[in-house]
Amino acid sequence: MNSRLSARAKVGLYGVLCLLAVPFVFPTWWMVTSSVKPVRDIFAFPPSLIPTEASLSAYRRVFELQPFAQQYVNSAYIAAVVTVGTLAVSALAGYAFARIRFRGQQVLFVVVLVGLLIPSEVTIVPLFRMFHSWGMVDTHWPLILVPILGAPSVLATFIMRQFFIALPGELEEAARVDGLGRFATFWRIALPLARPALGAVAIFTFLHSWNLYLEPIVFLSSPEKFTLPQALTQFVDAYGGPMWDVQLSAASMTAIPVLVIFVIAQRQFIEGLAHTGLKG
Amino acid sequence: MSVLTRDTAGRAGDRPAPGGAAPPGRRGWWTTRRRDQLAGLLFIAPQLVGSVLFVLIPLGLVVWYSLHEWNVLADTFEFVGADNYRAMAGDPNLPSVLWVTALFSVGLVAFNLSLALLLAVLLNQRLRGTVLFRTLFFSPVVVSLVAWTIVWGFLLQDNGGVNGLLGTLGLDGPNWLRGDTTALLSVIVVQVVKNVGLNMVLFLAALQGVPAELYEAARVEGANAWTRFRRITVPLISPTILLTSIITVVGSLQVFAQIAVLTQGGPGTSTTVLVYYLYQRAFQFHQFGYGATLSVLLFLIVLALTVVQWRMRRRWVFHEQ
Repeated sequence: MNSRLSARAKVGLYGVLCLLAVPFVFPTWWMVTSSVKPVRDIFAFPPSLIPTEASLSAYRRVFELQPFAQQYVNSAYIAAVVTVGTLAVSALAGYAFARIRFRGQQVLFVVVLVGLLIPSEVTIVPLFRMFHSWGMVDTHWPLILVPILGAPSVLATFIMRQFFIALPGELEEAARVDGLGRFATFWRIALPLARPALGAVAIFTFLHSWNLYLEPIVFLSSPEKFTLPQALTQFVDAYGGPMWDVQLSAASMTAIPVLVIFVIAQRQFIEGLAHTGLKG
Repeated sequence: MSVLTRDTAGRAGDRPAPGGAAPPGRRGWWTTRRRDQLAGLLFIAPQLVGSVLFVLIPLGLVVWYSLHEWNVLADTFEFVGADNYRAMAGDPNLPSVLWVTALFSVGLVAFNLSLALLLAVLLNQRLRGTVLFRTLFFSPVVVSLVAWTIVWGFLLQDNGGVNGLLGTLGLDGPNWLRGDTTALLSVIVVQVVKNVGLNMVLFLAALQGVPAELYEAARVEGANAWTRFRRITVPLISPTILLTSIITVVGSLQVFAQIAVLTQGGPGTSTTVLVYYLYQRAFQFHQFGYGATLSVLLFLIVLALTVVQWRMRRRWVFHEQ
């Protein structure tokens, strides 16, 4: 399969790849270009792939209609806290399940793994009632606590465990002979070696929190507490119809920064996700 | 627990509790084994407490609530036995919801896995620029889900970008989100294009692990490309096929935001899958008891599908890791 291809096969292959790439690339292009088009041109036929005149007025209206800057901060800080928290919880638990022998380990691991099997939609009703009784509805607490400690972090713990299991044990043995305790061994020896796995976990945890939609719309009701996915759907006119230019401007501002980071660091992104944890 | 405070030699970066500075192999009651027992439990404590509090207790509560009628507005919560389950058995919407869910999941999984495998095979060729294409195919994964869905909602309008492109080719596209079949098809395609990059990357990693000698040997024996793919590639990457299919099947039952934003379950109920129906019942009609009953059903379906796939691995997964 890896043999050299003839020139004709190469041209054909490029053609197929370019054609297949259209649905992956065109939406993002169309989102950004449409967001700067004047409203009257948005549904023009034939569609113009490159806007003839550009205006940022829809971008201004995003901030007039919603506390969008605040919503941006909400999403960013929640995703940051969830990412750091998940890394801490999953690295500790993953290390212990992989490296420390203790009674009850097998049973407790199975107990934790149950979280992998449970779609968050299944537990949303009781979680709503729990947070309701704790007075935490319409706060960010459910969006922070549940991902860090609940089902979403279980996958992270599993990936960290798989990584630590594959790590050669000699370094740690040496550290322990030198009198390092368990936590010091973990912190100074194992954790620095786990950087690729931590990177992969950080990436998918951040994306998961950044994309969360069901939980915000269930738990949050004040616009200044909304997160971005929820805010994006709020740009509607008096009849409930979408204000396309404003929605697309807000969507562009949500999508582009992450996309830029991805393009810069795409190798770490893709290879990190492919080669750590999920494979084993 | 006074032993906890005994070994608190305050080293930089060291946590006091799991016996940081105790000399290794020290005799007496505070043995290495006891220290490991404590360290292990402390290390997993946050995850364990979180799993109990936010996974296991809610799972138990969901079953408990499904036996109750809970009215938020009147603040009443009363035991109704199996009433919700009887209501579910007689729910005239449910057969359609389950049928749509099945169609959606089967369509999504089949389309996602075959496209992911196709893309991975294409990118596994010796060709310049595959990294660029890999980046392009993967990029929707990092685009905010709701932003992605809004853009597709915009593209799929009757006079939107998709029909605009088809129009320039002389084709007359349908009003995608307004027809029963095309709406379901649209949601599937939007979801597959968004996430297929993940499975593609996993397949690509697996394909790169297939030894090239096998293909050479098969070629010498005169096997054509399709035979080589079926007899060598598929068996050797079958563990990855199993993993991705479990992830994708479970994921297909959790698709919510796309449907909420694109179609709100419509037109009619043609895109009302089980999670969306559950959300409508619980959080729009405030039937929390019935919502919990539907959650139990969803959990049982996920559990059954996972068990079936896991058992099937013996039949067709070539080698276990």
